[in-house]
Amino acid sequence: MSASEARAPALALERITCIFPATDRIAPPYTAVRELSLQVAPGEFVSIVGPTGCGKSTLLNVAAGLLAPSAGIVRVAGEPLRGLNRRAGYLFQAEALLPWRSARENVAAGLQFRGIERRHALQRADEWLGRVGLAGFGDHYPHQLSGGMRRRVALAQTLILDPAIVLMDEPFSALDVQTRQLMENELLDLWSADRKSVVFITHDLEEAISLSDRVVVLSAGPATRAIGEFVIGLARPRDVAEVRLTRGFLELHREIWELLKAEVLKGHAQIQRA
Amino acid sequence: MRRSSAHRVRLLVGRVLLLGGFFLVWHVLTQTGVLPRFFFGTPVTVLGNAARWFTSGKIYRHLGITLIETVLAFGLGTALGLVVGLWLALAPTASALLEPYIKAANAMPRVILAPIFAVWFGLGILSKVALGVTLVFFIVFFNVYQGVKEVSPVVLANARMLGASRRQLLRHVYLPSATSWVFSSLHTSVGMAFVGAVVGEYLGSSAGVGYLILQAEGAFDINTVFAGILVLTAFALLLDSIVTLLEQRLLRWRPAETITETR
Repeated sequence: MSASEARAPALALERITCIFPATDRIAPPYTAVRELSLQVAPGEFVSIVGPTGCGKSTLLNVAAGLLAPSAGIVRVAGEPLRGLNRRAGYLFQAEALLPWRSARENVAAGLQFRGIERRHALQRADEWLGRVGLAGFGDHYPHQLSGGMRRRVALAQTLILDPAIVLMDEPFSALDVQTRQLMENELLDLWSADRKSVVFITHDLEEAISLSDRVVVLSAGPATRAIGEFVIGLARPRDVAEVRLTRGFLELHREIWELLKAEVLKGHAQIQRA
Repeated sequence: MRRSSAHRVRLLVGRVLLLGGFFLVWHVLTQTGVLPRFFFGTPVTVLGNAARWFTSGKIYRHLGITLIETVLAFGLGTALGLVVGLWLALAPTASALLEPYIKAANAMPRVILAPIFAVWFGLGILSKVALGVTLVFFIVFFNVYQGVKEVSPVVLANARMLGASRRQLLRHVYLPSATSWVFSSLHTSVGMAFVGAVVGEYLGSSAGVGYLILQAEGAFDINTVFAGILVLTAFALLLDSIVTLLEQRLLRWRPAETITETR
């Protein structure tokens, strides 16, 4: 790794604009994101919050290379991104496990795609299942697991490939509150053991503050921009339930919510008009 | 649990009684002369004829030929439908080009192709297999096409992010997804393969259960015609239960209610 690469952000979005063609002939094209820039340092945990429908997922798809931006550049470790982002793992909001593969085979999938021998891949998958608390569930198919367990499988499936960047799209939004806090703490444990760059998208401000090093606030869509950035200086290691009761957390929460509230109301008004 | 097993026994008894009742009514009506025996046969003779086929061993060669035709038509039609379905679902230009012709070929009553196949492939096994293939192919083809189109875009994106190449996507995402759709159509297609074989034989052949029925009909032997139908029905049920067994083995990953739904 050269010196310049070491200093370069793990992921940089530079003046990204995404315009989607209209679904019918009369409507104008829809600008989801306009001239949005974002940098994530190696090992940094960044959360992106914003009102629903503000193009958060669009941004993540651009960072993953699944969607080419209409304008702007994505840089991965300083290099412009072409095609899929091979250094990134993506934890999707919706169910993305292969339903015809058992938990073990799902976790091993990425290794097998990379040409690692099946027996060896399954062995490493078992180790990872243990690490996310699912030892003994390897033979279960996704439909036989609970929502929280499926999330753990998805997490292991992504992290087993050791990506430099992890993109997470509201990964815990479908879980109940208790499971969610459990998963958030486990995520922090896994992350602190082996610091990867994380881009974590959520609409839950408390989740964003309790997990992150930095919180970026997006404006309501269309033509979403970044309107604020907050460094979260809370001490680590954190417990996501306890940190929410500290003074520092509450102050940050008040400060960021002040900014976010106006956007949420704007977004809400737009949905009502539509 | 005990209540449900008692319920199952009652249901089974009811079903057997229904079948027995049907044969009894048939027997009484033909014995009393309400229905002419010449046109409706008598159940005792029908069952006797069917039993004699098996005891004398006369049926085995014919049944074997019909089953070989069915299995060949089923296998070839399924393989062809799978390959063409995958190809067209993943090649939008070719699929747009061929769409009207595929629709036309599917709408056409394919049984009328039997005489043409008889001319092309002769009166042996091949012409029956060809007819069965044309029937099976479209069922499987449409299901595979649908299966590939309905692959969840998130599952697909996930597999790509995990590093799957185009070939790996085909092998690990499209194919398993299509397979589950194919299986839900196998019950229909195995029946269709059977139809192709028997109708083909009936229209011109020198062996097979359809040939036996045709011969008996020529001699106005209605009892033997019914016996042939009885044997065919029994073996169609047997084939269907083999498919059910296969389905349960291969689609273990699907939630149970989905399997019962597609039955």
